[in-house]
Amino acid sequence: MSPGDLFQQVLEVVIAVFIAPLLVGWVNQCRAWLQNRTGAGIWQPYQVLHKLFRKDAVVAHNASGLFRVTPYIVFASMVLAASLVPMLATALPFAAAADVIALVGLLALARVFMALAAMDVGTAFGSFGARREMLVAALAEPALLMVFFMPALIARSTSLGTIVEALAHRPFVLHPSLAFAAVAFVMVLLAENARIPIDNPTTHLELTMIHEAMILEYSGRHLALMEWAHALKLVIYSTIGIALFLPWGIAEAGDWPGLPLAVLAITLKLLAGGAALAVVESVSAKLRIFRAPEFLASAFLFAVLGVLTHLLLAGRA
Amino acid sequence: MSLAGQIVNLIAALLLLVSFAMLSQRRVRDLVDLFMIQGALLAAATLVTAVATGQSHLYYSAALTVALKVIVLPLILRRVLRRLALETDVELLINIPTTMLVGIALVVVAFNMAVPISQLAGTITRGALGIALACVLLAFLMMITRRKALAQVVGFLSMENGLFFAATSVTYGMPMVVELGIALDVLVGTFVFGVFFFRIRETFDSLDTSHFEKLKDR
Repeated sequence: MSPGDLFQQVLEVVIAVFIAPLLVGWVNQCRAWLQNRTGAGIWQPYQVLHKLFRKDAVVAHNASGLFRVTPYIVFASMVLAASLVPMLATALPFAAAADVIALVGLLALARVFMALAAMDVGTAFGSFGARREMLVAALAEPALLMVFFMPALIARSTSLGTIVEALAHRPFVLHPSLAFAAVAFVMVLLAENARIPIDNPTTHLELTMIHEAMILEYSGRHLALMEWAHALKLVIYSTIGIALFLPWGIAEAGDWPGLPLAVLAITLKLLAGGAALAVVESVSAKLRIFRAPEFLASAFLFAVLGVLTHLLLAGRA
Repeated sequence: MSLAGQIVNLIAALLLLVSFAMLSQRRVRDLVDLFMIQGALLAAATLVTAVATGQSHLYYSAALTVALKVIVLPLILRRVLRRLALETDVELLINIPTTMLVGIALVVVAFNMAVPISQLAGTITRGALGIALACVLLAFLMMITRRKALAQVVGFLSMENGLFFAATSVTYGMPMVVELGIALDVLVGTFVFGVFFFRIRETFDSLDTSHFEKLKDR
């Protein structure tokens, strides 16, 4: 592990953690513009986090230690997950230790703790939020894994760094099967990040909420960490999507001059991706909770189809 | 593989995607939109094959596809939709996830069936045969699982798209005379279906084809 690689790794994690609220602010601002509102500005999430960190955390009397440690566990696993995704460069020392399957596992770890903490206090909202989250997650996770298997088949490796190198730096080949994987991935992204067809990120105290119901009992710094982790999750998913389906611009190992270009590329891609997410959210209506399995089953089937198409078309190419 | 072959494969994959989207679609109006997209993709695939191979008659069949399947047929279908005031959801015989699972099984079957055939074909696009076959089977599945006559007709037309794509991918298209004949058949067929819709509704007050079981000689 060279110091240069380590520097890239640290730089990437720091950038991911600190732009996370900005991406959320940008998506919210785009949504506001699409709804003919002025919007709160793209810096609003930072101000909210600042406010929450200064406030006292109120914890229910019957909350156990689990409830208190969960925000830290969730935030830590999100930071760790962010360190595995090649955002600027593929030479990540941490990425060698864990592949995409471990990444899915990390995201699952955060989710399990969040669900447990939601049920810990024993309020009705927390329990049903946790149950719904697990329903959505149980269906989204296999779909996400299938999406990952698709580029892994192409690159013959489950490490994200290797996949990106294979897709971005080898001679250009069109992979039709990636179209299926991309559709499936967008569907999983919407479901996992509590976006509109499945959940509404702006709702409070509504019977349809999922994510917000789980973190309803949190306040102060705990809530700030939960919100930040949630924003970071969106960044992780966006950068995974970019790494798998639009990898051009990510710097190769040892490619130092490529780094500023990579920063520019990822900025433009995240801006475009955030705007696209806002458009998707604005044109679609929230699904009934019982339609969510149908939505996610479609995502899973699209991912399976992608693998099948890959085996048919690339097998004899 | 050549670039043209890759592009055709990509379009083939998108065709399959549209077929699945049709299978999971509840509204007839969106079904017609998807049918239009399918036609456009088909024309694009034919055009790419034509440019890559220099087969001049493929240009005509691409133009014919655009005229018929992207412009005329959707126009007729939308008109019928408006006149019949059909805006409600389609009734399905089996629920959508099950339909999609059956669809996946059909795709596996189609891919396996296509392997020996496409090894015989010498075209740049032979890999797409399995997908074309899958599109035909999926359209067939859609016809079976829908109750409303209009969705069944869209399924029928989409099946014809699949057949057309199969012909293009294996043999660079059928002879021009055959293609013209089929195009005319499809056009006339749609007109006849259009008339039938109104007759069916007059007789049964509904487009639900399950009413046909009650037909009796009098």
